[in-house]
Amino acid sequence: MFNYGYFSFASKADLLKKAAEFWNPGKVQFWTEAGTPMVIDRREGYFLYDMSGKRLIDLHLNGGTYNFGHRHPELVEVMKAGLDYFDMGNHWFPSVARAAFSEKLVKSAPHMKYAIFGAGGAEAVEIALKTARYATKRRKIVSIIKGYHGHSGLSVATGDERFSKIFLADRPDEFVHVPFNDADALEAVLKKGDVAAFIVETIPATYGFPMPKEGYLKTCQDLCHKYGARFIADEVQTGLMRTGVMWGWQGYGLTPDIFVCGKGLGGGLYPISACLTTAECGGWLIEDGAAHISTSGGAELGCLIGHHVMEMLERPEVISNVHFVAEFFAKGMAEMMARHSDIFVGVRQRGVVLGLEFDHPEGAVAVSRALYENGVWAIFSSLDKRVLQFKPGVVLDVDLCQEILDRFDAAMPRARQLLKGMRRAA
Amino acid sequence: MSAHEAMDAPRLKVPDRALSRARMKVNRAAWAARYYRNFSRPAVLRIAEAIARAGEEKAAHFAEMAVEETGFGVVEHKAIKNRACTHELLDFYRDLDLVTPRVDPARKMVELPKPAGVVFAIAPATNPVATVYYKAMLAVLSRNAIVMSPHPAARHVSVAAAEHLARAAEAAGAPSGLIQCVEEPSIPLVQDIMASDRINVIIATGGTAMVRAAYSSGNPALGVGPGNALAYVDPSAKVDAAARCLVESKSFDNSILCTNESVCLTLESNRGNMERALRSAGAHICKQADTDRLRDYLFTDHGFNVAAIGKSAAWIAERAGIRVSPSVKVLVPVVEKPGQDDLLFREKLCPVLTLTAAVDFRQALTFAKHTARRGAGHSAAFHGQDRARLLAFSQEMPVYRVVVNVPCSQGAAGFGTYLPPSFTIGTGFAGRSSVGENVGPQHLVHWTRIAYARDAAEDLSDLDPAAIATVTDAGAPVPTGILPEEAPPVPAAAAERPEISRELLRQLILEELRSLRRGDE
Repeated sequence: MFNYGYFSFASKADLLKKAAEFWNPGKVQFWTEAGTPMVIDRREGYFLYDMSGKRLIDLHLNGGTYNFGHRHPELVEVMKAGLDYFDMGNHWFPSVARAAFSEKLVKSAPHMKYAIFGAGGAEAVEIALKTARYATKRRKIVSIIKGYHGHSGLSVATGDERFSKIFLADRPDEFVHVPFNDADALEAVLKKGDVAAFIVETIPATYGFPMPKEGYLKTCQDLCHKYGARFIADEVQTGLMRTGVMWGWQGYGLTPDIFVCGKGLGGGLYPISACLTTAECGGWLIEDGAAHISTSGGAELGCLIGHHVMEMLERPEVISNVHFVAEFFAKGMAEMMARHSDIFVGVRQRGVVLGLEFDHPEGAVAVSRALYENGVWAIFSSLDKRVLQFKPGVVLDVDLCQEILDRFDAAMPRARQLLKGMRRAA
Repeated sequence: MSAHEAMDAPRLKVPDRALSRARMKVNRAAWAARYYRNFSRPAVLRIAEAIARAGEEKAAHFAEMAVEETGFGVVEHKAIKNRACTHELLDFYRDLDLVTPRVDPARKMVELPKPAGVVFAIAPATNPVATVYYKAMLAVLSRNAIVMSPHPAARHVSVAAAEHLARAAEAAGAPSGLIQCVEEPSIPLVQDIMASDRINVIIATGGTAMVRAAYSSGNPALGVGPGNALAYVDPSAKVDAAARCLVESKSFDNSILCTNESVCLTLESNRGNMERALRSAGAHICKQADTDRLRDYLFTDHGFNVAAIGKSAAWIAERAGIRVSPSVKVLVPVVEKPGQDDLLFREKLCPVLTLTAAVDFRQALTFAKHTARRGAGHSAAFHGQDRARLLAFSQEMPVYRVVVNVPCSQGAAGFGTYLPPSFTIGTGFAGRSSVGENVGPQHLVHWTRIAYARDAAEDLSDLDPAAIATVTDAGAPVPTGILPEEAPPVPAAAAERPEISRELLRQLILEELRSLRRGDE
């Protein structure tokens, strides 16, 4: 019996049945068939506990939402303190938490002028695209093929058609897609002089973290400026120290006109996202500050937690830990690749953002399953299933990192077996 | 005006940031320890040399800072102590190899050194920098990482000293995070870290309460208690030499070392000689009225007067209302009969040495034993040539060091004797501690022993320890987790440097002294 006080379920099977009935039959079926039928019950630190009691080390982190792990005690303390004083607040008025948090964010990116808040990454992208259109008075948005920026009106149109066509939300006339790592293709579009912005994830997550070629992003940024467009960095998965610096673009020598962040900004406890913009692009905040409004965007509880997340990420001990974790997995994965070179063929890494390549079109699905059976939860890349997203948290300790590597090693024979079965079936 | 405005207190509760940062320091230390445990002996010695050199360069600078921050001790003497914990300390342990596996063909055994991992060290206010130097050196030599928690009254200088050594160690190839110091220590923080399963051993030097807490933490601990050293001057001693030792010892750093003599005991027949000798060595012998004034000044209703800790003899004399020559080095109150109840027989971390005399050696021994109980397991000094009495004295005394014809402050801490140089004086079972020696790097390493049957035909004589070392080196130790080039952002709290108020400081020291008394009684 799973009695949660407010609701209860007889068993995990009972829950799965109800979830399929009332919530989302497609998702329930997918995970069951994938062999990773997880229903997260308890969660603590970097551990997830399935309803069956099975413990999993979380290397998915919902794209960095659980950068600090689940229910980090310090963040929980901040959240509870916040609840003793704040609520969501009233988005119409200036507020102490919003003012403090926007200042904190802007100071982390000194060429920026304003921070505008949303409740999720897609909302922040929405704000970014509208801001670029305001600044340029142009309508066209360019993004990369297999890019991903969310599921709302404008943001979904920037992404893969898998998520837009089904809802008739693709807008080919206004949203142009160019190949990643191909600056010439971008220039060909920009040349027409009608592009408002080029939006790109600093390292495209859902595409399996392919690394930008040397100089590619800087060239894109320069091209945007050459042709009067704005350069937008999507930092939802690369921000917040995940690439070894606070914002991924800092590591590539960029100065985006606009950038967006989300995921871990709310510490995994309260949803909040932000769009940062230069003074030039953010002119609408002077002209008509209420041109974009959002009841839950910039809720004061979220601002409080976000403010503290930033503070924690700025601590020298945390920065040092990120580097330790990054170096550990750089070395560890190189060893793993040498040991399992028949199936494990590549590592893409920047900081604690890793994409592991396997030698099969759906290789990462098998590896995800093998890892799951060995107590590790890491998800494949939706738009490139050869690649496993491997995302260690920023405050992982040495013992757990070693355990992750040991479990990874132990899972490889099972992955090999699963892959063999998939090849035979193919 | 609301209550909040009136008090300007935060309207929201805030988490203990210092504690959170300390926990992350322990995490960093664990990373550093993971890599450092595979370092080769030359690499370890290179790092040890680097911190010795760095420590020596700034020994005087930190001595000055320490006296300025704590108000305890004498700058020149602190500089000597700091220096003693650099090259001299390293030289003492240079040949103690805690890195290379040992092969013993005769006993058919191989021993592999296994460092503890993360050492959590608690440092006192009295010898802040020397303790930081000393403990860092112990950690480096034993291939451990160390996180130190300084006394709040000495935190600025302790942090500066630890950071200085850490930079030198990293420049010499040490992993980042090998030597760290908590910036804002507090009692809850120390308790939390001590009880953490992320640390591997505690070295606790400080008040009794702290040491007991270390032993209660559930983690392995090397704790040492307070001292109350007695110096026995036998009639067989050369009194002038003995007196010079005593005055030198008591005036050294204004008696702030826990190995300093508290009581000078001689026999009635020798007392006159002793008084004369002490006087000519620079001590002021108190008459009855001055002895009473001194007692009243030093021992208040709340215990020992913390204002007197580490102050000079002249300074104390003036406060106590005793007329002395400005050049006086030590104050000597005289308690004619060696009873147990006189407050002046208690530990005095200031240049005040109580002189008393027994009717015969038997009474002297009895008194000495009782005095040493308030500082059990610590140190004592013997002045004289009579070896039978020396042995009888050492056998009876519940201490683990008896230094002979030398200043006890320095001698028991290993300076000028062959005792290991140390700022952590093991008080052993008598002092409710796990270690009775002067703590050294060997206490931070355990050994895995590979043992064959006695009658096994194995010949281990061709086993090369260096080859075994190479195997463990295969872990390719690389210094990692390097902090960004630019100086780390100074957290707002530290930048403002909220000074601990004098009252809080007084409370902390009082607390420590109170616990010291509780431990005695």
